[in-house]
Amino acid sequence: MSGVENRRQERKSEEAAVARGPQERNFRSRIPYFPGCAMKDQARDYERAAQAALAALGCELVELPRWNCCGTVYSLANDDLMRHVGPVRNLIRVQDMGESRVLTLCAMCYGTLRRSARFVAADPERLSRINAFMSDEHDYRGGVEVLHLLGFLRDVVGYENLASKVVRPLTGVRAAPYYGCTLVRPREVGVDDPDRSEVLERVLSALGAEVAEFPYKVECCGAYLTVGAPAIVAGRVRDIVASAAANGADLIVTSCPLCQFNLEARRPGTGPRLPVVYLGQLLAWALGADACLPPEAEALIQGTTPAAAGAQQR
Amino acid sequence: MADELRLSREALAAPFVRKVEELSGQNLYACYQCGKCAAGCLFTEAMDALPNQVLRRVQLGDESVLAASAPWACASCLACAVRCPKGVDVARVMEALRLLSLRRGLPHLDPRATAGVPQIALVGAFRKLTP
Repeated sequence: MSGVENRRQERKSEEAAVARGPQERNFRSRIPYFPGCAMKDQARDYERAAQAALAALGCELVELPRWNCCGTVYSLANDDLMRHVGPVRNLIRVQDMGESRVLTLCAMCYGTLRRSARFVAADPERLSRINAFMSDEHDYRGGVEVLHLLGFLRDVVGYENLASKVVRPLTGVRAAPYYGCTLVRPREVGVDDPDRSEVLERVLSALGAEVAEFPYKVECCGAYLTVGAPAIVAGRVRDIVASAAANGADLIVTSCPLCQFNLEARRPGTGPRLPVVYLGQLLAWALGADACLPPEAEALIQGTTPAAAGAQQR
Repeated sequence: MADELRLSREALAAPFVRKVEELSGQNLYACYQCGKCAAGCLFTEAMDALPNQVLRRVQLGDESVLAASAPWACASCLACAVRCPKGVDVARVMEALRLLSLRRGLPHLDPRATAGVPQIALVGAFRKLTP
């Protein structure tokens, strides 16, 4: 049996162990993890919280050695092989670990890595040119699956299993699920159907939160236009935040550091100021981790949930 | 937009149209102007021509479309791409138009406008808007 086959076997039993739950807590499932730039910078809190949350679920994130930037935006041109070198090199890192899947927390990283993996899988000639260009690396052979935290929670952990691990339910907290773009588009890459997405809603429900459905949940915040055209982004953000507030949300949940920045830094000075928290932060809170939420959101949740009030007294 | 558009075989077979097709990988003539891309586009306020109009001008070989603001207001969010009933990825057409300008060495981003944004925004913007 090859090393990869071995790992596959091991992983199956690890996943079964994760599903069996806390009595196997001494056993840890390990999953390769690609951080990306934001997790080491503005979104450190997201990374820390996600690590704590996954630890509570019995999974350990194993950071890829010598990873590099994914490029943030996926090239939409047919002739731009250069733009795929970065993502493919990261896939080689996963392959070199003897692994066949990699987890991302950032929606942008998820998009670029997963789309590049598909791009080279679709055409052997592309792949061989990219491999030839990176002559000091092992050839990428294909077959690495790129996961996002949301897909991982749905497909590996499972909603019911997740709900059973919640120690601080977010009862009474109305959370607006904000996907943005790259989590659901394009259709063949998204973690869910762009027209009928539900994975984030179901995760929030599993944590005990109320879902504040709002029509802007898969509408773009303006992404990288925030650099050269902040006014365009401000208009988008105004509409998104106003819509979430109008639908009764206490806070907005995202898993994209660029959305998180835009929704907070580019929102208008007047009007609703909903905290914008990362999915990992809510997850960690509900699974019992401390000091994982921004103060504003923590105060809000403390004031809303009966469980939090109980925890205060302990 | 030119006041007068002279249609000719030459214009329709122009290298410009071929180039956009090649870069975007899209069949531009599949578009039948239903306007769904423009209806769902969140950035039309900052566009002097709607996405479907941009596509039409490319179909007709109107190279002046390279001066339109639409490709630069596009955030590559792919809302148009997932909604097109004819399977035209309009975002890829916008990318092709951006690249035709950028590859002539015309940046669309003032490097001084980068204060106070996180690196995820910088990497994205520089990769999309500079040669």
